[in-house]
Amino acid sequence: MLSMQHISKVYRTELVETHALRDFSLDVSDGEFVAVSGPSGSGKTTFLNIAGLLETFSSGTYMLDGEDVSGLGDNERSRIRNRKIGFIFQSFNLIPDLDLFDNVDVPLRYRGLKAADRRERIEKALETVGLASRMKHVPAQLSGGQQQRVAIARALAGEPRFLLADEPTGNLDSLMARQVLDLLEDINEKGTTIIMVTHDPELARRAHRNVHVLDGQVTDLKPFDGGTPAVVNAGAGGGA
Amino acid sequence: MFFYHMRMAIKSIRRNIVLSALMVAAIGIGIGVCMTAITVFYMMSSDPIPYKSDSLYAVQLNSWEAPGPYDADRPERLPELLTYRDAKALLDSEVPTRSVATYRSGFTLNPDNPDVSPMLVMSRFTTRNFFSMFDVPFLYGAPWDEATDRSGDSIAVLNYSINEEVFGGENSVGRTVELAGREFTVVGVMDRWEPVPKFYAVFNGAFEEAEEVFMPMLLNESWERQNYGNTNCWGDTPMNGFRDFLDSECTWVEFWVELNDAEQKSRYQDWLAGYIAEQKRLGRFPIENAGAEVHDVNEWMDYNEVVSADFRVLVGLAFMFLAVCLLNTVALLLAKFSGNAARVGLRRALGASKAMIFRQNLVEVGVIGIAGSLLGLGLAWLGLQGVRSINLGHYDRLVQMDANLVLFAVAISLLSAIIAGLYPTWRICQIPPATHLKTQ
Repeated sequence: MLSMQHISKVYRTELVETHALRDFSLDVSDGEFVAVSGPSGSGKTTFLNIAGLLETFSSGTYMLDGEDVSGLGDNERSRIRNRKIGFIFQSFNLIPDLDLFDNVDVPLRYRGLKAADRRERIEKALETVGLASRMKHVPAQLSGGQQQRVAIARALAGEPRFLLADEPTGNLDSLMARQVLDLLEDINEKGTTIIMVTHDPELARRAHRNVHVLDGQVTDLKPFDGGTPAVVNAGAGGGA
Repeated sequence: MFFYHMRMAIKSIRRNIVLSALMVAAIGIGIGVCMTAITVFYMMSSDPIPYKSDSLYAVQLNSWEAPGPYDADRPERLPELLTYRDAKALLDSEVPTRSVATYRSGFTLNPDNPDVSPMLVMSRFTTRNFFSMFDVPFLYGAPWDEATDRSGDSIAVLNYSINEEVFGGENSVGRTVELAGREFTVVGVMDRWEPVPKFYAVFNGAFEEAEEVFMPMLLNESWERQNYGNTNCWGDTPMNGFRDFLDSECTWVEFWVELNDAEQKSRYQDWLAGYIAEQKRLGRFPIENAGAEVHDVNEWMDYNEVVSADFRVLVGLAFMFLAVCLLNTVALLLAKFSGNAARVGLRRALGASKAMIFRQNLVEVGVIGIAGSLLGLGLAWLGLQGVRSINLGHYDRLVQMDANLVLFAVAISLLSAIIAGLYPTWRICQIPPATHLKTQ
């Protein structure tokens, strides 16, 4: 599904070079739920951005769904993002003056789907996250948890091959965080691969596999031990 | 997708209503000022008789002599007007399809109707071909006949407005009017006819209204009314009466011919050369390289600088003002679009290509441009009313926007907005999608 080999990412300014990732290698199989953790500044978000084709990398190879995406141009990367990848952000990233229907509609518009097809997908996605009855509401009329569910619906509507979640519960209280995580688990059980960046070890325990990132490198790969998932605490957000 | 872009553009405009209003105002004010100047310029420089302007020619003869050239600043120029005797001689040429000699005068008109006060009317002495050559429309009657050109009878053609004023717009053919104490029979009433510019007589008011009364030129040989136009004389011309003036080397008559093709024009130029040679033998046209020139209508407008250089500078300044307004719009758009960076980053993350973002922002710029054009049209209308008021009605005909100008205003606004929007739009597209996702 996803295979990164010896990826490095260097940010250069006139004065300094920052190695955000160095010799970073990771393979994720179809249907996996992988949690990526690590301290702030370790390179988690850089990894996620590269995985989501939001950033390019300095060296290495990246195969996504069997396709080498290392040297793709901007248009092709946009197309793959739109068709194969769903994003869930810590701060929801909904467009405040669009109602839920239009928010979920955004990626579908860029895919050029017909109106009837879009409507069907949007209604189904909002139904999946339990917000079908509120599709004409704007985000400000929803709680944080509901907003994150809308963001998940937006990601799901495009029927992506995998979801990238960056601290998806970071801005939520424990109850809402649990609901969101339950939802992600449901989605994963239906076959969607999920890669989730999180600071929270309790949250990470619910993934199939934990990846620990330190100083831009994978330092530890631990499969989930299969025990009872921990109660999820309110996650502390933070940048990688 | 266009309608989606349009809907998003309207939402974006409403989201930043103050910035959007400032941009609309900047474009609107620039367009308003620019269109005011362009409208007047367009009307001033428009072809007054487009379907035949290339076959109507003003004629010049160089009958001038020292002590210096006719125009000391531009010695290559010939006198713009002809002497009366040359004008009469040129009327006899059979080469042109039509020839017209004409000059302006003015009289007091005493109406029969006691309710209408006597008035000063502008009039034009001319030959009958004036009406057919310049396609003057008639409401009633017709021009005088050829015999009247030779007899100089006291007959007159009235224009639409003087017929309205004196006869209440009725068919006045056959009725009489008293002009400067002399009774004239009306043979024709013109329909509305106001060429802009007044190309057949561009001196002393190329943008004034056409004359109100037209009458045969020959009758003034005995009536001896004063010419109201330019008169330029040279040498020691004896002036012991009107007859001397008519026979003098003073130039004061406008002369036009209709030449329908190059061959006819060439033959006429040969005819003029022959005429000058003949006159030289008679002791006239004393300078060595005395010649003749013909200019078609548009050449004549340029030759006589109907649109002054000052006004061209003014139009240039108006465009510079528009450029300043556009620079302000660029700055405002940069501010507005940088405020949208997070949204753009999000849309990029969700699959929008740079081209899609570019199109979406360009549609927003276009909507602002159209709003600016509407405001600009309103301001241009106000500006034109201002021009009208300060010129005491003389330029009424220059301050009317036609459909072409309205379309031009919308097009130039849209183009201006798009030009102003290109850089900010391009710049917003360069933002890496990941940059603002964390901070939104």
